[in-house]
Amino acid sequence: MADTQTYNYHVVRQFALMTLIWGVVGMLVGVIIAAQLCWPQLNFDIPYLTFSRLRPLHTNAVIFAFGGCALFSTSYYVVQRTCHARLLSDGLAAFTFWGWQLVIVLAALSFPLGITTGKEYAELEWPIDILITLVWVSYAIVFFGTIVKRKVKHIYVANWFFGAMIITIAVLHLVNSAEIPVTLTKSYSAYAGVQDAMVQWWYGHNAVGFFLTAGFLGMMYYFIPKQAGRPVYSYRLSIVHFWALIFTYIWAGPHHLHYTALPNWTQSLGMVMSIILLAPSWGGMINGIMTLSGAWHKLRTDPVLRFLIVSVSFYGMSTFEGPMMSIKTVNALSHYTDWTIGHVHSGALGWVAFVSMGCLYYLIPRLYGREIYSLKLVETHFWISTFGIVLYITSMWVAGIMQGLMWRAVNPDGTLTYSFVESVAAMHPFFIIRLLGGVMFLGGTLIMVYNMFKTIAGSKLVTASIPAPATAH
Amino acid sequence: MSDWIGTIFSAWTVVVAVLFVVIVLWAWSSRRKQDFDEAARLPLEADDDSSAR
Repeated sequence: MADTQTYNYHVVRQFALMTLIWGVVGMLVGVIIAAQLCWPQLNFDIPYLTFSRLRPLHTNAVIFAFGGCALFSTSYYVVQRTCHARLLSDGLAAFTFWGWQLVIVLAALSFPLGITTGKEYAELEWPIDILITLVWVSYAIVFFGTIVKRKVKHIYVANWFFGAMIITIAVLHLVNSAEIPVTLTKSYSAYAGVQDAMVQWWYGHNAVGFFLTAGFLGMMYYFIPKQAGRPVYSYRLSIVHFWALIFTYIWAGPHHLHYTALPNWTQSLGMVMSIILLAPSWGGMINGIMTLSGAWHKLRTDPVLRFLIVSVSFYGMSTFEGPMMSIKTVNALSHYTDWTIGHVHSGALGWVAFVSMGCLYYLIPRLYGREIYSLKLVETHFWISTFGIVLYITSMWVAGIMQGLMWRAVNPDGTLTYSFVESVAAMHPFFIIRLLGGVMFLGGTLIMVYNMFKTIAGSKLVTASIPAPATAH
Repeated sequence: MSDWIGTIFSAWTVVVAVLFVVIVLWAWSSRRKQDFDEAARLPLEADDDSSAR
């Protein structure tokens, strides 16, 4: 049967294309809400378009729609090609695709309508939570089932990272989404008070640690060696990197709750574990970047490789900034300010989006049997988006630190030097610079979509056959 | 009641810390070197997707 001798590229293609489309949608909503922060009248007094409703739409769209589709696409590709086996079930894989798209569409409808649990990055209401669970369990069955039927003895490290992402996200989603439904569109958390806050940020930080980090490190460990044509710098380091990351990330959540009702020792524990996290994070970064050692010249001529390597550099930067911001005295200044937003975006745009784009530039031509339409446009995309990120994060650094300093400034008689609205007014120019950065990043993404569209147009779909077992083991 | 749970947590922390050291030693043991070198080349040698271009 032909099906058992070829890889399932169909679902990989579907997720790859939806990554591009949801990327544009999510980033566009981001640009709109960034503009609303500059000019609040841009919500046109329509409740569906208020910042409060569009903001969760933006975060969910870029994380779970753009990032999620990128993870599905690359993990399905990598697990097949490194296991020399077709996905366990084409039907179940198709269910993960259509189910995940349905989740995204339901999110795009329910957030503007104001339907939300109010838990950050877990705003979707309980019926959608159940659908997510079904899709995710199917994903786990397809992924691990493919590993079980592999023809290669060793399980390549990229699959370890993808697998850890799938397992941990399942646990996080089930625990944090424990809720009591009241109506079809309203539920209340099963936890109360500070426990609820702790569960929420245990979820929230590990969504960063496992969804936005472990999964994308899986991409790094496959696509950088492929694009560079060299094996990973140190396979030993990749194993230690994996276990160190698994053992430490799960504890870092309390740093989101410094100086709150959370017990002080828990805050300090979260801070210490966050600082320890610097070691595995940088271990991974070094492993990714050093894969190029002896082949640095390729960076000059290969814009796709540049996307991948610069993404790992941003990963290093934001995983240095994160532990620093988790230190309680630093957090006293940075928390609740736009510094946090800048930090998140140096990770989200610089690391997650760039590594995904690098992978798609690698994948799409191979899935459609074409060369990239224009490497020149890849180059243009790279520079526009990089400058966009730099504008975004530097403006937010300045804005955030200024906010923090204005909020804590007191007169000799103990009264506050600035009213809150004065600090809001002071943000205005930086919000405009941030908007410009966001527009540039979106512009780069649109260039990519055009480039990929031209690459695909008129191509025929590739069917790749699985190597004969003799070459495997 | 919180005493025994604290003991379990402390014991678990020690177990995991020791486990991590064992993993590091295992990863760097010279016996593993050849296997790991092979594993590192897995995506490059046995996975030729150039035909798919």
